[in-house]
Amino acid sequence: MENTSAISISNLDVDYGSRRILSNISFDIRQGEIMVIMGGSGSGKSTLLRTMLGLKKPSAGHINMLGTDICHASQKELYKLREKMGVAFQGGALFTSMSVTENIQLPLREHTKLDENTIQIMTRIKLDMVNLLPYENLMPSELSGGMKKRAALARAIIMDPKLLFFDEPSAGLDPITSAELDNLIVMLKETMRMTIVVVTHELESVFAIADRIAILGDGELIQVGTPEEIKSSTDERVINLLNRTPRENIVDGDVHLQRLTRDNQ
Amino acid sequence: MKSKLSAESNYDVLELSGEIDLHYSPQLREMILGSLKNGNSLLINMAEVSYIDSSGIASLVEGFQTAKTANLSYGLLTISSPALQVLTLTRLDRVFTLYDTVEQFQSQL
Repeated sequence: MENTSAISISNLDVDYGSRRILSNISFDIRQGEIMVIMGGSGSGKSTLLRTMLGLKKPSAGHINMLGTDICHASQKELYKLREKMGVAFQGGALFTSMSVTENIQLPLREHTKLDENTIQIMTRIKLDMVNLLPYENLMPSELSGGMKKRAALARAIIMDPKLLFFDEPSAGLDPITSAELDNLIVMLKETMRMTIVVVTHELESVFAIADRIAILGDGELIQVGTPEEIKSSTDERVINLLNRTPRENIVDGDVHLQRLTRDNQ
Repeated sequence: MKSKLSAESNYDVLELSGEIDLHYSPQLREMILGSLKNGNSLLINMAEVSYIDSSGIASLVEGFQTAKTANLSYGLLTISSPALQVLTLTRLDRVFTLYDTVEQFQSQL
């Protein structure tokens, strides 16, 4: 693993309307590492991913990705950067009118002028890597949830990206498929030199793949560290997350009453 | 990527070095297919390849298939560790004929 940063996030604030979702987030993701972004529901991890992908504009702060400040980059700079990025969305985000093969080939057809034979062989290599080669001609509607997820991964890695983003790789998968996917993620890092950002709350998967873990809670960065550092954390919120302790919901009677009746006043 | 194609008495040798990615794989494909089209068996020396992506691997695969169809010998010589890792990941280490020495390749011509 190298020590130079692939992604550098500094003083990032992200709002939805008047509501602050992420507050003053700063950390680096090193080249060639697997960084897992972890947190409970509502912690802001999906918003952080969307912001890193340029799908959500931050209210303040910067994200530098492979030397490009994505918050202030031109469309042309973002287009060039996206050639080096692969994204596998949680639900697959496959085009329903295209077959599995057509979906996977799409980035190659959009961004390269490779020979047709090269495109066909590259597609089959990636389909084989995610164990979907026998299903290349199926339509997305004919795939199970796990197969869609694997097809999305094949599309995300078709261009051998420098940066791979993976949203909830294990969610909804059986334990064996989940473990296979974890192995593949680690192999992609080691063999293809990818920097990989995984957003998940599946603890088993986190500790199987992470070089480092960033833990978010209520829109703030609680801790960044190696799996060992996270396991030995003394922060109560980290301990609760790892021990799957339910959040205590302390209710202030007056506030709660106001919340329930404010539209009637 | 740097490349050097040279002709031996009854086969060609293609020496590759550096990084083979999307930008260089069309050039690699052209060299491989060009050599085979001339009816020459081909030995590709990959000792100095520091990185190869799947477009580069695809060019090697297409070359292998073309050689088989034309009944020509086709082999990969002294593959570097990074390139071998990619071949292993894609399970192509079991498909290509890998040689440790030039003599091994020559002996089956």
